[in-house]
Amino acid sequence: MHKTLIAITLASIVIAVGAVLVAVGVVPMGATNEGGAGNGNAQIVAHEGAGLGRVATEAEVALLNISIRPDGVGLPPGQGTVQEGALIFGPRCANCHGPRGRGGQGGRLSGGVGTLGGEEPIKTVNSYWPYATTLFDYIRRAMPLYEPQSLTDSEVYALVAYILMQDRIIEPTDVMNATTLPQVIMPNRNGFVEWWPRPPE
Amino acid sequence: MTKKSKPQVSDLSATPVLPVSGRQPKSLAQTADQDPTRRRLLLGAAAAAGAAAVAAAPKQAQAIAPPGAVEYPVPVDPTQVPGRPPGLNGGYGTRSQFETEVREWSGSGTSSRTPLASSEGTITPSALHFERHHNGIPEIDPEEHSLLVHGMVKRPLTFTMADLKRLPSTSRVAFIECGGNSAGEYHAARGKEIHNMHGLVSSSEWTGVALSTVLREAGLESGAAWLLAEGRDAAMLSRSIPLEKALDDAVLAYAQNGEALRPEQGYPLRLLLPGWEGITNVKWLHRLDVSDAPFQTREETSHYTDLNIVTGEAKQFTFVMAAKSLILFPHPEAKLEGPGFFEITGLAWSGRGKIKRVEVTTDGGKNWHLAELQEPVLSKSQTRFRFPWVWDGEPTMLQSRATDETGYVQPSIRQLKEVRGDAERGNVNYHNNAIQTWRVNRGGTIENVHFSGNS
Repeated sequence: MHKTLIAITLASIVIAVGAVLVAVGVVPMGATNEGGAGNGNAQIVAHEGAGLGRVATEAEVALLNISIRPDGVGLPPGQGTVQEGALIFGPRCANCHGPRGRGGQGGRLSGGVGTLGGEEPIKTVNSYWPYATTLFDYIRRAMPLYEPQSLTDSEVYALVAYILMQDRIIEPTDVMNATTLPQVIMPNRNGFVEWWPRPPE
Repeated sequence: MTKKSKPQVSDLSATPVLPVSGRQPKSLAQTADQDPTRRRLLLGAAAAAGAAAVAAAPKQAQAIAPPGAVEYPVPVDPTQVPGRPPGLNGGYGTRSQFETEVREWSGSGTSSRTPLASSEGTITPSALHFERHHNGIPEIDPEEHSLLVHGMVKRPLTFTMADLKRLPSTSRVAFIECGGNSAGEYHAARGKEIHNMHGLVSSSEWTGVALSTVLREAGLESGAAWLLAEGRDAAMLSRSIPLEKALDDAVLAYAQNGEALRPEQGYPLRLLLPGWEGITNVKWLHRLDVSDAPFQTREETSHYTDLNIVTGEAKQFTFVMAAKSLILFPHPEAKLEGPGFFEITGLAWSGRGKIKRVEVTTDGGKNWHLAELQEPVLSKSQTRFRFPWVWDGEPTMLQSRATDETGYVQPSIRQLKEVRGDAERGNVNYHNNAIQTWRVNRGGTIENVHFSGNS
């Protein structure tokens, strides 16, 4: 009876040690996974590792994944126009960002294009930001400051259109959506030098 | 010594302001008084104060104990009355009611600063670690919190906090410094108090799981090179991090200085990237999206990029905080009583490794002396330095200069401006690691000045 218990305990320890070795990377986990039969097998394999962490379903990932890449991957359906944006901007944004986004207690959004290489650089969305997709991403995740995530995706597209139009980065008749937004070329698109992995100056 | 005037910290970011400003002692007091334990103590203290008044109490009890302290009766002679038993504070220790140091927060409500002038040793108390938030401090129930790892991984995984705590753990000391620390001092020497000038840096021992462990669990796909780290605050703050760093020394930290993270430091989970600018150490971490390229988020394009106004070009992904040192005594809020002995002391740190040496000058850069470094000197951590000095009573300039193990030498403000240019506006002032100068005036007052000597 006792011998059996000990044998089971020892077996558990051996399994547990093996799992930890995989977890810390001593044993490459891929070694047991590469021959697997795709996703169906992945869940089982993951639990043969440390047994920690649960495989997330596609639906679970989709629920949380709000990443947007500069090439437009991740942009949701929906669309908005400059006119629609103007109607939203007044009540929802102008209080902090000023009329037409010219600045207030919140950041300045428009104007300043061409001022970066001078004594009085004016950094705005339109003068400084390299990608228009960033504007969608940021408004959707964090704006308005007091009611983040309260705008629909189409409202966000409309606000993006309204802001970009202030400096004629797009035309008044342009419609912003998942196809058109990644095609917008921001004035300062080539103004950044990727410093990493260089050391600090 | 700790007379705190109204905060006048210039906010470093263009984040719109919150509808709160300055300190709110009234609401704090109200909150404290809602605690029945504390109300009882206050009543007890009042009664005891009445009794002690007869014997000419040596120190008037304060009406309200400082934040983090509980007010207890103060006997004339503590050797003649039994002290209080443990547990009156509910079992969680409090500091002395005579200690008043606090973080001073900005009017915009987006940051607070470590009171560096009174710091001792090399670890910042968790309660005094600087803060920088992008839309407030979220309240998160750890039971409801999880970390999703997805994107270019073989197995997208969700980890509960319990899962993460069962994985192999690691602890290390590391400083965290905001990329905008000392920014207000770049164009001109403006600050009058060290914490307002340089208080966006702090140091802790952090504990958690190596990020590499979690990424191995998920299995990286070939071509993966970056990951997006996202917080669960109202800003859903996000930054792109190179996998090179993630697999090197990044930690998913759940503890700070021996206990759970403070809410303002990312409870229940934050990313720790030792030596990298504060904002990359994403707090309230809930999602990691592995990718082949950076995502170009707002906080790595609009902000935390270094515009050079001479060229009009901006450096992006300037992650590493370069070597820096700071004399914390003497400082502008302290006055030298008169000629004689003083210990010059301060902190030095580098995001690239260990501090190799700190030199101190007491004559405006004519002579540099090696300061003593307190052991152990840890990589990407704050190192305490000390240098004995006899002041002759004459005006002079004090400076410290750090060199890290890569050989990088902390620059003068002139050297920095030669490379980066200068402007009063436009945020060309991030990553200011210039040598700080304290001018000692006749009479012993200390002033913050820009002085680059011959360097």
